[in-house]
Amino acid sequence: MRKFLFRVSALILAISLVTPLLARGEEGILDKVKNRGRLICGVNKELPGFGFLGQDGKWKGFDVDYGRAIAAAVLGDPDKVEFRPLKAADRFPALQTGEIDVLIRNTTWTLTRDTDLGTDFAPPTFYDGQGFMLRKDLGVTSLKELAGATIGVTAGSTTELNLADTTRSLGIEVEPIVFEETETLYQSYDQGRCDAVTSDKSQLVSRRQSLKNPDDHVILDVTISKEPLGPVTVHGDNRWNDVVSWVVYATFFAEEHGITQANVNTFETENPEIKRFLGTDDGAGMGKKLGLPKDWARQVIAAVGNYGELFERNLTPLGLPRGVNKPWTQGGLLYAIPFR
Amino acid sequence: MEEQELTQEIKPPANTKGLGRWLKDNLFNTWYNTLLTCLALVFLFFALKGFLTWAFTEAEWDVIPANFRLFMVGSYPQEQIWRVWNAIYILSVLMGLSAGLWGGLVLRFAVALSGVWFISALLPVELSTRGWCLGAIAMIAVSFFLGRGRTSLRPWILGGWILSFPVIMVVLRGFGENGVLTSNWGGLLLTLILAVVGIVVSFPLGVFLALCRQSNLPAIRWVSTTYIETVRGVPLITILFMGNVLIPIFMPGLDINQVLRMMIGITFFSGAYMAENVRGGLQGIPRGQHEAAQAVGLNYVQTTLFIVLPQALRSVIPAIVGQFIALFKDTSLVSIIGLIDLLGVAKSVIANPDWLGLQAEVYLFAAVIYFVFCYAMSYASQDIETDLGVGKH
Repeated sequence: MRKFLFRVSALILAISLVTPLLARGEEGILDKVKNRGRLICGVNKELPGFGFLGQDGKWKGFDVDYGRAIAAAVLGDPDKVEFRPLKAADRFPALQTGEIDVLIRNTTWTLTRDTDLGTDFAPPTFYDGQGFMLRKDLGVTSLKELAGATIGVTAGSTTELNLADTTRSLGIEVEPIVFEETETLYQSYDQGRCDAVTSDKSQLVSRRQSLKNPDDHVILDVTISKEPLGPVTVHGDNRWNDVVSWVVYATFFAEEHGITQANVNTFETENPEIKRFLGTDDGAGMGKKLGLPKDWARQVIAAVGNYGELFERNLTPLGLPRGVNKPWTQGGLLYAIPFR
Repeated sequence: MEEQELTQEIKPPANTKGLGRWLKDNLFNTWYNTLLTCLALVFLFFALKGFLTWAFTEAEWDVIPANFRLFMVGSYPQEQIWRVWNAIYILSVLMGLSAGLWGGLVLRFAVALSGVWFISALLPVELSTRGWCLGAIAMIAVSFFLGRGRTSLRPWILGGWILSFPVIMVVLRGFGENGVLTSNWGGLLLTLILAVVGIVVSFPLGVFLALCRQSNLPAIRWVSTTYIETVRGVPLITILFMGNVLIPIFMPGLDINQVLRMMIGITFFSGAYMAENVRGGLQGIPRGQHEAAQAVGLNYVQTTLFIVLPQALRSVIPAIVGQFIALFKDTSLVSIIGLIDLLGVAKSVIANPDWLGLQAEVYLFAAVIYFVFCYAMSYASQDIETDLGVGKH
């Protein structure tokens, strides 16, 4: 009898553990988004150029536009997206609990995040790297000369760890000053409380403009880390990750072939790959394979433009050079996988 | 003649009245006070000089009018903004009626509010906004004259205030996908909604918990004590984080939006503190009051409602209002879980590439708004205290 009771309770326990998983597996995120009629996208609400609220109360930025692009591909309307501003700390829980469908919040792709964290990455939309900004009058041109300097850094980021790794391997000692908030970091640097600051170069470039005398500061050429930033989806929903990935590739592809927001609807070509991309071919549509409408890529480009346009609209005003964020044909890292 | 001489005004001796005398008595009466006054003046001069120079020459105040709508309602869609005005009109009508019925404090607030609308209408805003502002003044004025003197309406108006609460929520949210998702609620609007929900719900919750903690039944007492002590032992920020992360894990099927989660968190937190404030008042009620109530044949509920609570609450008004003010300011913590309240908007505005580096202006503006609301609450509290004679009899 006791054994029987034990078995029954073990069974109940097993069922209660497995049912939530099954319930979740029933419906993929793609279907969920389609049924809901709205994409929920986690973004940053205070990163210049990448994600912030515009004056008219509409979300703006590079990451935000990728959210719109996915909505355009899946639902045919770039406005059918709800943006959830998230802090660095709760972005992954939000993804795991299914609260957001996709996370596009300047998130660096690393091995640990790809494996342990239960997340899958789409191709990076922005290749960043950690750099240093300091006063011109210090006369410093290389990292070695920074020995003994005080360097401002934000707390709890990979930035802090990278700084420690780099100085150790160079055999120099620096004094890191750790700040909780990005705002205070740059204010303190401007007031001369530290000799240099270190952060992602995109951030350094945009922040330099907000300093009192931007020309007094220089960003060193050296890059001490790789920061591939891209969209993230929850681990295990491959169909959904495919959709997000191919939306990103679509923006790369369009730039490679000169398809822009302005000409996408009138683009004439005999190139079969571009025809497949635009959904104007008669054969098996690429959209069908992804579970998307036939003209999904056209919708993406019509909504947000190609990669170059996205970059120019959001990041060029900050003074960010394109650097490696160029198509591979121009010596950059952006490489669209064939639409075949 | 005699009489006239008696009533003749006798002038005070020279130099015992007036500004000069007051200064001499209070600021320059001894050599060390003179010294301190001079030092304070020098300090004030430099501090004010620095601030005023910055405020009038360096500060770029353009950022405030350019983002004003964002500060007020966040990402609330422009084409649905009528919902917000509808909510304001509902409140205006209630306020006007109440001002007519009760006068006094409510009337003063109604006048102040009309003043704010009037000034807003004078500012260079869109024509439609001007219309809405003037409409609000008209609503207040008309309902004031409608309500004047009709004291029999009082219970209805009180009911109206309570009912207005869910009605406004529905008006602001609308229905389904065509409405305004709560994730689009933001700015001062969100701050006020969170604060009002927190205050209105946590007050009865606090009174209830305080009574439970005073109960003679051990089970009820223990549950209430455990709740109060647990919540008071945890920082609000932790409760908000837990609410945000755990509620969706516990209830996977239910889609409880973030605003509601924060309302729950803030209310639970504030309720515990409210309970302790109220308990302080309950303990101040002498035993004799209970006994006298029993002697005239009142049961427990009647004793509590008519004898104990009115006295207890009256004596703890300052503490309760202090808690309300703290709660109002605590709502700014929701910006850490990504809701865009007034402070969240401030943070987002300074991340806009057009306005980089204007932290001082933006935060100062947010501070002024917080101050206005907190001071209004404080003012109301002082007024109620004077009316009820707290601390006098």
